[in-house]
Order: sequence, then C-alpha cells, then structure tokens
Amino acid sequence: MPRSITPLLWLLFSAGGTVAALLFPVHVLLTGLAVPFGWLEAPSYESVRSLIRNPVARLYLFVFISLPLFHWAHRFRYTLYDGLQLKHLTELIAVLCYGTAILATATAAYLLWNML
Amino acid sequence: MSAESRYTLYHPRWYRRRVSVWWWLQNRAYTGFVLREVTSVFVAFFAAVSLWQLRALGQGADAYAEFLARLGTPLFLTLNTITFLFVLFHSITWFNLAPKAVVVRLKGKRVPDWVVVGLNYAAWLVLSGAVGFIVLRGG
Repeated sequence: MPRSITPLLWLLFSAGGTVAALLFPVHVLLTGLAVPFGWLEAPSYESVRSLIRNPVARLYLFVFISLPLFHWAHRFRYTLYDGLQLKHLTELIAVLCYGTAILATATAAYLLWNML
Repeated sequence: MSAESRYTLYHPRWYRRRVSVWWWLQNRAYTGFVLREVTSVFVAFFAAVSLWQLRALGQGADAYAEFLARLGTPLFLTLNTITFLFVLFHSITWFNLAPKAVVVRLKGKRVPDWVVVGLNYAAWLVLSGAVGFIVLRGG
C-alpha cells in the first residue's frame, strides 16, 4: 500500500464508520426487520420511486452505500491480517477489499444515475 | 524483500512464538475487539442488500416485489436479525470511541468526553427519527 494514500483510506474508513453508526441501525430495523416481519407495511413501489426522484435522496443513498463499504474494506483488511494471520497476503487482500468497495461504489453510481 | 518481511520490518520472525488463530478468545477485551472488527462484515452485508434493493427498484414493480419477498425468507430474516445486533454494536462502540479519536477544543479548553459521546448519541436519535419519519410517511 503506497504510503501517500494511507490518510485518504483512513478518512474513508472514518467517514464510512460514522455514516454506518448513525444510519444503519434504523435502516436495518425498517427494511430488514419491521417490514419483512410484518410490523410495518412496506411503502408502495411508486412512493419509493418518487422519493428517489429527489436528487438529495439519491445523493443520500450513494453516500449510504459507498462510504460504509470503504469502512468495511479498511477494517476487514486488518482483521484478515491480524485475526487470521494472513500477513503474507497483504497486497492481494488490500486489492480485493478496496476493489470491492470501488466496484460497489461504481455500481451504486450507475444505478442511481439511471434511476430517473 | 518479500511482502512478509516488509510488514514485520522490525520484528524478526525467529524470536516469536506461534500464536493460535483463536488468540482473541482467551480474554474478554480481545473478544470484544474482534467482535467490533467483525461488525464491518455486517455493515458490508447491509450495504450489499441496499445495492440489491436499488437494482430491483430500477427494474420495476415486479422485481421490487420479489426483492421484498426474498427479505421475508427465513434465511434473510435470520441474517438481518444478526446484522441488526452487530450494527448496533458498531454504533455503540463507534460513539464511545469518538472522544478518543477526535479531541474537540472550545476556547482552548478540551470538551469533556461525555459531551462528545452525548452529542453523538443525540445525533443518532435525531437522524434515526428523521429517517423513520421520511420512510414511514410513505416514501
């Protein structure tokens, strides 16, 4: 890992961790539990689409998906190094982790861009 | 120089005792640390679910209905329940560590830790309420 981008990666880790900490619990509770368990009725397809037509909502979703994945990439990388003692695979793990985050970010941007 | 020797630049391998892969189970603090790191996997899982939801939304009403039905299967109900617990653990550990990560100064005086932590929890409450309101209002 080139030293020059280490601060950037740490910034993404930190920003993603904050986004996940502030926003993920309520979203997992609503989308992942309350609606599937039937505690709440799912908002209709049309209403969700009309909400996403708002550029602020799309920017929100982009940040919501992208930054926490960079948070994961950073944390998971060190978990693999230290937890599973895979220090000899440093480069491969870094490429896989950050590559996944970059790919998912591009996918999110593409989907949101074509959502109108 | 191999990747291995670069990572352990100042720690010659030959003086180290072999550590079990399960080293973190021997001590509660270590277990907490590893569980905290593992929360990131569940964060990534839910980000992936959200990406999947976005794709279904783009594909049309039928695809979206199928997405909602899939979330109701026992597999996803189990995964999302576990995810919720880990994500909560992430939030709590993240907010509690905030004053150690960022030292806030006001007029040259350090803001006490409990104020920084309290503000984080307050922001969490307000944002969760706002998201709940917007989503429940019918999108």
